[in-house]
Amino acid sequence: MKAGVVTFPGSNCDQDVFNVLDNIFDFESDMIWHKEKSLNGYDLIVLPGGFSYGDYLRSGAIARFANIMDSVIDYANQGGLVLGICNGFQILLESDLLPGAMKINDSLKFVCKNVQLQVVNNETPFTNQYENSEIIEMPVAHGEGNYYIDDKRLKNLESNNQIVLKYKDKSENPNGSIENIAGICNKERNIFGLMPHPERCAEDIISPGRSDGYRMFSSIMEEIKVRGEKIAR
Amino acid sequence: MPDKPWEKEGLSENEYNMIVDLLDRKPTETELGIFGVMWSEHCSYKNSKLILKTLPTEGDCVLQGPGENAGIIDIGDKQAISFKIESHNHPSAVEPFQGAATGVGGIIRDIFTMGARPIATLNSLRFGDLDKDRVKFLFKGVVAGISSYGNSIGIPTVGGEVFFSDAYEGNPLVNVMSVGLLDHKDIATATARGIGNSVMVVGAATGRDGIQGASFASDELTEDSDEDRPAVQVGDPFMEKLLLEASLELIKSDSIIGIQDMGAAGLTSSSAEMASRGNSGIEIDIAEVPTREKNMTPYEIMLSESQERMLVVPKKGQEEQVKEIFDKWGLHAEVVGEVTGDGMLRILNGEEKVAEISARILADEAPEYFRKAVRPKYIDDINKITANDIAGDDYNQDLLALLSSPTIANKNWVYKQYDHMVMTNTVVGPGSDAAVIRIKGKDKAVALTTDNNGRYCYLDPLKGGKIAVAEAARNIVCSGGRPLAITDGLNFGNPMDPEIYWQFKNSVEGLTKACKELETPVIGGNVSFYNESPKGAIYPTPIVGMVGLLDSIEERVTMHFKDEGDLIYLLGRNKEELGASEYLALKEDKIDGYVPEIDLKLEKRVQRLVREAVKEGIIKSAHDCSEGGLAVALAESCFENELGIDVDLKDNISDKALLFGESQSRIVVSIDPADSELLNEIADNNSIPLKQIGQTKRSIFKFNDLIQLNVKEMKKNWETAIEKKL
Repeated sequence: MKAGVVTFPGSNCDQDVFNVLDNIFDFESDMIWHKEKSLNGYDLIVLPGGFSYGDYLRSGAIARFANIMDSVIDYANQGGLVLGICNGFQILLESDLLPGAMKINDSLKFVCKNVQLQVVNNETPFTNQYENSEIIEMPVAHGEGNYYIDDKRLKNLESNNQIVLKYKDKSENPNGSIENIAGICNKERNIFGLMPHPERCAEDIISPGRSDGYRMFSSIMEEIKVRGEKIAR
Repeated sequence: MPDKPWEKEGLSENEYNMIVDLLDRKPTETELGIFGVMWSEHCSYKNSKLILKTLPTEGDCVLQGPGENAGIIDIGDKQAISFKIESHNHPSAVEPFQGAATGVGGIIRDIFTMGARPIATLNSLRFGDLDKDRVKFLFKGVVAGISSYGNSIGIPTVGGEVFFSDAYEGNPLVNVMSVGLLDHKDIATATARGIGNSVMVVGAATGRDGIQGASFASDELTEDSDEDRPAVQVGDPFMEKLLLEASLELIKSDSIIGIQDMGAAGLTSSSAEMASRGNSGIEIDIAEVPTREKNMTPYEIMLSESQERMLVVPKKGQEEQVKEIFDKWGLHAEVVGEVTGDGMLRILNGEEKVAEISARILADEAPEYFRKAVRPKYIDDINKITANDIAGDDYNQDLLALLSSPTIANKNWVYKQYDHMVMTNTVVGPGSDAAVIRIKGKDKAVALTTDNNGRYCYLDPLKGGKIAVAEAARNIVCSGGRPLAITDGLNFGNPMDPEIYWQFKNSVEGLTKACKELETPVIGGNVSFYNESPKGAIYPTPIVGMVGLLDSIEERVTMHFKDEGDLIYLLGRNKEELGASEYLALKEDKIDGYVPEIDLKLEKRVQRLVREAVKEGIIKSAHDCSEGGLAVALAESCFENELGIDVDLKDNISDKALLFGESQSRIVVSIDPADSELLNEIADNNSIPLKQIGQTKRSIFKFNDLIQLNVKEMKKNWETAIEKKL
């Protein structure tokens, strides 16, 4: 299984995801430089967290114009698995791969802490190892994670079951996002963006007793296995 | 030139005459500007160097002591840790956000210039009384600045301390410690060697910001200091992230001879210092320096403190490789001059020569002064404090009040704004005695802490200096580590004031004694003088940043009680010591009394006991007693898992001293009841006073008949105190 982690200038969680994919799981993993123009043979592309291009204009607003993004969009449109974490999620929104937009946290402050989440849809390539309605815990670390979408499109998200993760309730919502949304996927389920950091809770040593991020990566492995079996048949 | 040209540059008439002697002529305006910053306290350490020489700087683990951008220690497996603390007090006093942000940026550059990848940042912060609006503004601004820069660059902010006292009201302290990891083979130095080798400026373009920042930092803050705001630099963490990655790639490419950060006094100090270290000269044509503003004068280009820049001396013929690496990261890399053999720092502006000074004179021959030291009068007026000097006996209320005092209260409001998890190495994050950071791919980890109690240093700088080192080491040990070495951030008032100089001298002597006894050499640091506002000088504040090593990550310990029914032990002795305490300050608003005694031999034995017990795997929690004494230490251990305690402890001292006195060399540990025999045995072997004082219970905090409180209520007070003040 082959995974690619895109590095934009200013990405800073790229090595963290790489470590989980390559050392904790058995992905054959590459770092992909933002100036590259093609993507070949990957089972998973990750847009990692960080501050791409300094996030000076608006989070992810410049990264969407990076050379590599045309290939990421093609890859996603062909059904390839794309995981956007934190800044990666913001880039997916800016690229119109996912609907909605990101505002500054209601508190106007950066927030870094563990939050409780509810799995809303476990029938996705990224959450198949969780139970529906299960409460899990993951760290967040962002200043602009206040997800917003207009009513009409929110209804679409809901009716298509595209809301994958929610903060457990208002008190666990670290940024004020609409409907406590923490992560959404596209209609086809192959593109997933979330504010929490699964790569920060995939090893017991740094998140003792609550390595809930581990199952997000094993979900992806399971999906790739199933896809492989389908092709073999 | 004006009548007294030295004044504008912050030099004395004597120093000006020295310069004329050394040059054998009068300096030009640019040259005098160069001397002004190079011989400022900030760059030359002219008032501190002779005292600093007494600090122990050698030890088995030291690979690089003071003198480079940062020190380096060995941690085995051909790996090393580079670390250093630096102050950014003056800029933070007038522009807290940028002042603190560029403080983070500056010290991180020092670390990656050594070839190390920064893996953690700590902050030691001091502010005035949090009830005042200006203090709130400074506190919020500093935290936001650290958060903005540190989070963006992707280095976790994992610990430090925040201390509040009136003494810091007009002059807050912002000391930042950066810690980096490297392989021995990648150690870089800041040396210019090889006649004819190119000298390159890499990174950001040069602007007009921060001109004379070093001189600004070498003066007292006054009511007009706000007008010095242009002397504060503006940071760009994105640029620094690119510079970090490009520099580490460059160092690994083996194509350079030397690399130096452009910090205080920018191009001037970096070129003079690099040349002097290599016994070389450097010739620079400032017309070749990439600038971001038009019509900058040679003076401005040489003295700009624009951030995120480096000076690089590539190996012969490697200029293109340097450019290629920096081009990949979208950064400038321009040849601006070359290394020469004549030892001169020569500055050209195209054809015109604007300055020519011996690099050695600039970098190493600044005057060195022993200033006059006089024991301050206030020391004679210190009174012995007894329990009768503190009113009341409602210890439930007293404990709750201590837990809500900003210095002791939970700093969650601060830490939540820092990304303390990025890089996925943070095993123990902010809030415990020391942070523990794993080394990926190995079983080991490093423990990191900063410490100082300014109140102690004010009342007794010698003891205060000793205690700062002892407490830092205690914190490392309580986290399961072995103390290795320290960096010192020395913050004081105006050294020309004999009473301040006395504080300085005695504080450093305290550090020296403790570092020798505890075998933790000083591998680098920073001196910040002139920390004064119209209200007077700050408390003498020698901050100790310490790094320790855990041979195995499994040996990590936190301060939190783990399970109901565990036995609680107190190591060390309780004494009738209420002087200099947080309790006295809180209850009587008094800074008075004798600072607690510190017996370094006993300290060492207490620490050895904990280390041995940790190695046996029997320590479930460990926490040192510091501000607020035993009662606060016990409370802090209860909170994480919301466990209570039942403590029954009789000692022949007053109740107040027993609960809230700050006697040194005391550690609270908890163990499984089955391990008590082994713990007693280890204590006997080290002849350490050890007392079982109670047991962990469910939800109620009970200390003799003196305190009985619900842990949840205590925790709420402790957790929300700072936010309530804001």
